[in-house]
Amino acid sequence: MSIATQDTDVNTGKIARTFIYLVLLVFALFYLLPFFVMVVNSLKPLDEITGGNMMALPDKWTIQPWLSAWSSAQIGVEPTGLKPYFVNSILMVVPAVAISTFLGALNGYVLTKWRFKGDTILFGLLLFSCFIPFQIVLIPMATILGKIGLAGSIPGLVLVHVVYGVGFTTLYYRNYYAAFPTELVRAAMMDGAGFFRIFWRIMLPVSGPITVVSVIWQFTNVWNDFLFGASFGGQSQPMTVALNNLVQSSTGVKEYNVHFAGAILAALPTLLVYIVAGRYFVRGLMAGSVKG
Amino acid sequence: MARHASDADFRTKLQEWIPKLVLSPSIALMLVFVYGFILFTIYLSFTSSRMLPKYDLIGFDNYARLWGLSAWWTAVTNLAIFASLYIFICTAIGLTLAILLDQKIRGEGMLRPIYLYPMALSFIVTGTAWKWFLDPGIGLENTMHLWGWDSFSFGWIKDRNMAIYTIVIAAVWQTSGFVMAMFLAGLRGIDNEILKAAQIDGASNWSLYRRIVIPMLRPAFLSAFVILAHLAVKSYDLVIALTGGGPGRATELPATFMYSYTFTRNQMGTGAASAVIMLMTIAAIMMPYLYAELKEKK
Amino acid sequence: MGFLDISNVTKSYGTVEVLHQVDINVEEGEFLVLVGPSGCGKSTLLNMIAGLEGITSGDISIKGRVMNGVHPSNRNIAMVFQSYALYPNMTVGQNMTFGLEMHGVEKSKRDVALKDVAKLLQLDQLLDRKPGQLSGGQRQRVAMGRALVRDPDVFLFDEPLSNLDAKLRVDMRTEIKKLHEKLKTTIVYVTHDQIEALTLSTRIAVMNGGYVQQLGTPKEIYDTPANLFVATFMGSPAMNVLPAKVSTIDGVPYAQIIDGEGQPVSLRFSQENMADWDGKDILLGIRPEALTDPEGADRKSTNIATFHNAIDVTEPAGSDTFVTTTLGDADVIARLRADTDVASGQMFEFAVNMDKAVVFDPVSEQRIAP
Repeated sequence: MSIATQDTDVNTGKIARTFIYLVLLVFALFYLLPFFVMVVNSLKPLDEITGGNMMALPDKWTIQPWLSAWSSAQIGVEPTGLKPYFVNSILMVVPAVAISTFLGALNGYVLTKWRFKGDTILFGLLLFSCFIPFQIVLIPMATILGKIGLAGSIPGLVLVHVVYGVGFTTLYYRNYYAAFPTELVRAAMMDGAGFFRIFWRIMLPVSGPITVVSVIWQFTNVWNDFLFGASFGGQSQPMTVALNNLVQSSTGVKEYNVHFAGAILAALPTLLVYIVAGRYFVRGLMAGSVKG
Repeated sequence: MARHASDADFRTKLQEWIPKLVLSPSIALMLVFVYGFILFTIYLSFTSSRMLPKYDLIGFDNYARLWGLSAWWTAVTNLAIFASLYIFICTAIGLTLAILLDQKIRGEGMLRPIYLYPMALSFIVTGTAWKWFLDPGIGLENTMHLWGWDSFSFGWIKDRNMAIYTIVIAAVWQTSGFVMAMFLAGLRGIDNEILKAAQIDGASNWSLYRRIVIPMLRPAFLSAFVILAHLAVKSYDLVIALTGGGPGRATELPATFMYSYTFTRNQMGTGAASAVIMLMTIAAIMMPYLYAELKEKK
Repeated sequence: MGFLDISNVTKSYGTVEVLHQVDINVEEGEFLVLVGPSGCGKSTLLNMIAGLEGITSGDISIKGRVMNGVHPSNRNIAMVFQSYALYPNMTVGQNMTFGLEMHGVEKSKRDVALKDVAKLLQLDQLLDRKPGQLSGGQRQRVAMGRALVRDPDVFLFDEPLSNLDAKLRVDMRTEIKKLHEKLKTTIVYVTHDQIEALTLSTRIAVMNGGYVQQLGTPKEIYDTPANLFVATFMGSPAMNVLPAKVSTIDGVPYAQIIDGEGQPVSLRFSQENMADWDGKDILLGIRPEALTDPEGADRKSTNIATFHNAIDVTEPAGSDTFVTTTLGDADVIARLRADTDVASGQMFEFAVNMDKAVVFDPVSEQRIAP
């Protein structure tokens, strides 16, 4: 993240600085440790975990737990591994992210450059919908999805994620476009461009940064969702639900190393996205949350 | 004078309608799937629905029943403990890290991603990691024993009275880095000339932060509070993955209570009532905030 | 009927009327400047001409065609914005021809038009740059180029120079004036800077509080301001306004004022009809350049009065020396020649060119004379 506009001008002494570095490093350890332990133990045979030290590096390195988690571990009743669920998640995430981002961009454009009476109220309603506890919509959603034949299907989950994600994407684009000079839109209007032409030719070409934010945000949220997946996934459960089933399964020996490999597999896409584009993500989050 | 004032050309009229048409799908989805559903759930909370929705009104019976259930009281008490600790510790850690990181630290570029990466993870992943890390048999306690600290004991996750605190630990681990980023952004937005002026006025570092910097971070505090509070009320996945609500019912939160009453125990009316209470809690936090935010922007 | 007719135009937001009964006719080739303090309604009026804001009542027509409700792009007008409003993702060339492209002009014709205008504005070398790579003055020229390429009936300028630094602003002002004299285009130009208004325009509309206070040539506005607002708004330093009383001696009207010492000073009016106001209070408006040292007074003036008064502050400004003195209980600024030898506290002989004095009614604040 490169939100840094200026470092502080506060001066600190030598002892204080040593102390500061110490505290910062201890916290780095706190954040890294659980993940380190997960990675290390996903590469051990099971008996090294149950009989050994979780901090120790493996005596015998193995990728067997990873293979097992991916393609043969028992998920629920079927020994399918996480692979099909990973595919489900991808099939759900891509359209959900694309649609909600596109709608958010259009909404943000309308709410900042084509304002009309009552638009603030509509935006307020939209914004509040980001924060509702989803328990309040679970029952009617289950009923409606059943009625329109989308229960337990990927399109059903896509619909759910678009509906409850569009508030956030609208918020992002609205804040971004609000800082975009309205004079440019007026200039384009006088040049003869209409609503959609201005959007395609003037707004979208400069929307790169906020689109990255919106896509990452939606990707992380949709990928990591558990509640909707567990409630409406049916035959098309996403990765998180499958991981939970894997870890919570009460039959047989608990294969911890497989659990960890599975957990890392489930975390990998979002971590990857975060590592590649995390700086934009945080910058955008700042703009979206601190400034409202 | 060829034409009259009201005779707006077709294109201009069309241009006035297009924006509203473009906005309408989102608004329609929102009205149905958010506010329509909220009304529907509120309605259900006044009916005797059990496994399937029923439409007979029975007044406030569900609410009376809800507040008579010891499981609900456990969930509400847990939420109070969890939310207050979670918000307080995250804010404290986030603010501390942000202030320390703002002291021209070498390697800031490396530390920030380390503090932040947990928020990219699913709560299910976090829960899985911490469930095992805190397990006395193979996790931290076992490691300490193997390292020769035999008297070390850390079995909170299996302890009915302490298990709720393990949820706090895992949740703080996941979100405190994010709060750090919010405060850091706030710190970086403070005009350095103010800091210089305060130092010339003779303020020590301590009083500089206490009297000038931290009060100027008010907006960041507010945002952090709102975001953490709503996350706390919505917390569901983490409990499921870390403790499954157990041991026994020791770590049930309203979110897990609602789910199990509605879908497992077939007490839909009561479940709906608990969801309404959750919504009201969040509305009480969010409404003033959103109102102030939107009013300011006008 | 003029080229651009603004007749009886009003604008209201809800129940608040922000523009009242504006009536301006602009002839072809005229350079009309709308000037006034912020919030006076000048930008609203410009936006209404552009079609960016609706008209509450009245008509705006261009070349006899009523434009109310016509989309901005169909009015054959072009606008230069305060922020220049250059599309950041397009090159200079694309910026300038975007309007033609939107109007379906084919590429070969666009290129010809672009080439002409680029040459005129010396933008030839910059056509492939992005706006972000240009200096303030270059952006300004691109913004004008974008307007010129369209070859519109009317050019609208919305405070186009206010984002430039002081020196560049003067250069660009000259450039705009040159351009207008060369192309003889019809221009409506909004500014809050009265010097821009005076130097550029062929006619000025001074606006305040949603009313056009005065419409006239720069000379009319400067020499015979319609009211106290126009008098004090136009000109820098502002016109001195002193409370005075009219008295007649042998039928000749004099303005009686009090000097810094509390002693009366009599100044003869150049206008004999001021005798009608005998015994009444008035406000006497004297521009700084009409209050000088005796040697610096206008040789062509028929009526120069002199008096002694103490100097409070001197401000040498290079080309002139401005001094502040107290007259009629008000601070009054006089404009002396640069090499006048003066110091604060010193008594000094001032000369007033009464031919240039303007008289206002203290109640209505309207001009009574000349």
